[in-house]
Amino acid sequence: MELLRAQNIEKKFVNHLALDNVNVTIPENSIYGLLGPNGAGKTTLIRIINRITAPDNGEILLKGRPLQPSDVNLIGYLPEERGLYKKMKVGEQALYLAQLKGLSKRDALKRLKYWFEKFEIQPWWDKKVEELSKGMAQKVQFITTILHEPELLIFDEPFSGFDPINANMLKEEILELKKKGSTIIFSTHNMGSVEELCDHITLINKSKNILEGQIDDIRKKYKSNIYEISFNGNVDKLERSLNEHYELIDKTKVNGNDAVRVKLLHQTNENELLSLIIPAIEVLSFNEIIPSMNDIFIKVVNEHKN
Amino acid sequence: MNKIKLIILREYLTRVKKKSFIVMTILGPILFAAMMVVPAWLASMEDTDVKNIAVIDSSGIFLNKISDTDYIKFEYLQNTTLKKVQNIFPESDYYAVLQILPSITYEPSAVHLFSNKQPSFSIKSHIANAMEKELKDRKLRAHGIDQEVLNSIKSDVSIRTIQWTEDGGVKESSTEVAMIVGYASGFLIYFFIFLFGAQVMRGVIEEKTNRIVEIIVSSAKPFQLMMGKIVGIAMVGLTQFLLWIVLTTGIIGGVKTVFFPELGTKNAQEVVVEDLFEQQNLAQIDQIQPQEIEKFTRIFNSVKSIDFGVMFGSFIFFFLGGYLLYGSLFAAIGAAVDNETDTQQFMLPITIPLILGIFVMMNAIQSPDSPVAFWFSIIPLTSPIVMMVRIPFGVPYWQVALSMGLLVLTFLGSVWLAGKIYRTGILMYGKKVNYKELWKWIRYKS
Repeated sequence: MELLRAQNIEKKFVNHLALDNVNVTIPENSIYGLLGPNGAGKTTLIRIINRITAPDNGEILLKGRPLQPSDVNLIGYLPEERGLYKKMKVGEQALYLAQLKGLSKRDALKRLKYWFEKFEIQPWWDKKVEELSKGMAQKVQFITTILHEPELLIFDEPFSGFDPINANMLKEEILELKKKGSTIIFSTHNMGSVEELCDHITLINKSKNILEGQIDDIRKKYKSNIYEISFNGNVDKLERSLNEHYELIDKTKVNGNDAVRVKLLHQTNENELLSLIIPAIEVLSFNEIIPSMNDIFIKVVNEHKN
Repeated sequence: MNKIKLIILREYLTRVKKKSFIVMTILGPILFAAMMVVPAWLASMEDTDVKNIAVIDSSGIFLNKISDTDYIKFEYLQNTTLKKVQNIFPESDYYAVLQILPSITYEPSAVHLFSNKQPSFSIKSHIANAMEKELKDRKLRAHGIDQEVLNSIKSDVSIRTIQWTEDGGVKESSTEVAMIVGYASGFLIYFFIFLFGAQVMRGVIEEKTNRIVEIIVSSAKPFQLMMGKIVGIAMVGLTQFLLWIVLTTGIIGGVKTVFFPELGTKNAQEVVVEDLFEQQNLAQIDQIQPQEIEKFTRIFNSVKSIDFGVMFGSFIFFFLGGYLLYGSLFAAIGAAVDNETDTQQFMLPITIPLILGIFVMMNAIQSPDSPVAFWFSIIPLTSPIVMMVRIPFGVPYWQVALSMGLLVLTFLGSVWLAGKIYRTGILMYGKKVNYKELWKWIRYKS
């Protein structure tokens, strides 16, 4: 079931095309990674979904129908460049932002109380924002983003500015939100968090999306049949045991043991490889090398340079 | 619609709760009062010490002809020279020495005033007036007109202006009162536009540099945010003025009941007339000048002749119309720049019509029906200031209606235009914006 679909989105600024026929389908209750180098057009796409800017062409569909102005209340957005009114008190401000998203004052107060307790920040309620540290302000911002329990959450680089402990807390909250049924769009450069959190990704490069799908499928698609074997024994003996269906890529070490990386070329499989080398050496571990999202990101973006 | 209400409320409350607002609200009336009282007080202080001026009159014409005032006394020295007086001057109690040369009858500059200070203007003009009168009288006498006649031809003219109203009646009007009322309201509008327009601009810049604007516009439309800010700040301004009026009347009322409790029950007109009687009684017990009292009564009649309902209504209209027109332009400027120092180039086109308005206003006070005053009170960028000056003098209804209509149309246009610039500008950072760029923003599809 899809929650949101961006169809043939095109957006032109004065001297450049920010989005060129971009199609994105976001499944319901998923964490969707929006990846891409700086200036690729991610923020523009996010702003279009938020109805901050309008596309020149194309359409955003929410649950199959065109996005309405009132739908902004169903979206929670944490922009990359975020801030608060410095001179306003934390509580007042959170209340204001919540009401702007359509919550009644009573509901907003009740929910704010819950979240302020959960994040242990009740003492900040009457402080002015300018008295908070950057990390503290980020927490307040996160709360105001999710307070109206939107169906769709959009986080643009949510971890920037958080220390590892708070970043971890945030990660858990995001997973918790997913469990509660929210759909999350997640834009980041941090590929580690993409692997940890995302179900689906799309990669936007130079205004076009060049890669889209489930993260596991993508990683499988980009694997290159390379296996890493750590072993006890003579490496030459192992090398001699391989025939023309295999290519030894390099010799390395894994946890202090000798290891090799072998590529399966054709008409063969893992079992055959194992049966060939087991007589020669003592196998300690045998792993398929699956490329990290980081590798895939760099590879795909570089491919598209030409 | 609910969102714009929230935004207005926030803009309003955060400003009204500020310390600076409270301080200005309290200090404002005190400053106003001080502005009126202090110069009068200073003026009354100024000349209380008596100044003696020695007169060396070589022409022999002016002996005892320059009259003393309360604080300026003239002493006519005989058989002495300037040199001698200069020598004794430091030890004497003379403030200055007036030297009149015999050539005074045909050479106007044959008078010198010596002093170790710069003599005040009032002393100079007092002496000059007295001497001019004496010289004139001399010349008239030389032509055979005797002193008796000279005394009897002195006459005062004071013109009473009376307007014929449309229903055939008459009402007394006063050019002076119309001038004061017009001037005050024109200036207030000018002041309000600049003060609170700049607040709109600063508010927009603040949201932009704080980076909160993207969060807000993901909840509300940029147009709602802009209008909410403009309207909220207008309400702050109106609140402040209202409080000033209430406080000022309160202060005046308080002062009156504390210091002049016996006046409490009488109306203002009677009080002033009565005051006048008292003053006259103190100054010249034997004779009351009835025309003085009549003058004050006339001023009160003509104050009453200004239709304050119309005046107040049109003041509020032009006040808000002018502010909304300029406020939206100020908002657009705020959105186009990253910080206040970059606003200069865009401020100029806004400042020029406002200052032009003030200049035309001064002209319109002299001749409220001149073509310049007419056109500038119709053109929307200056009409709020100039029309307010003309209204106390009486303006045909069609002109007021045309001016108001054009103002509303221009206001709608400027808000629409500003909205377009604003929408693009608030999310644009680190870009030097020029007019060409702004034009592109206006043409963007929403």
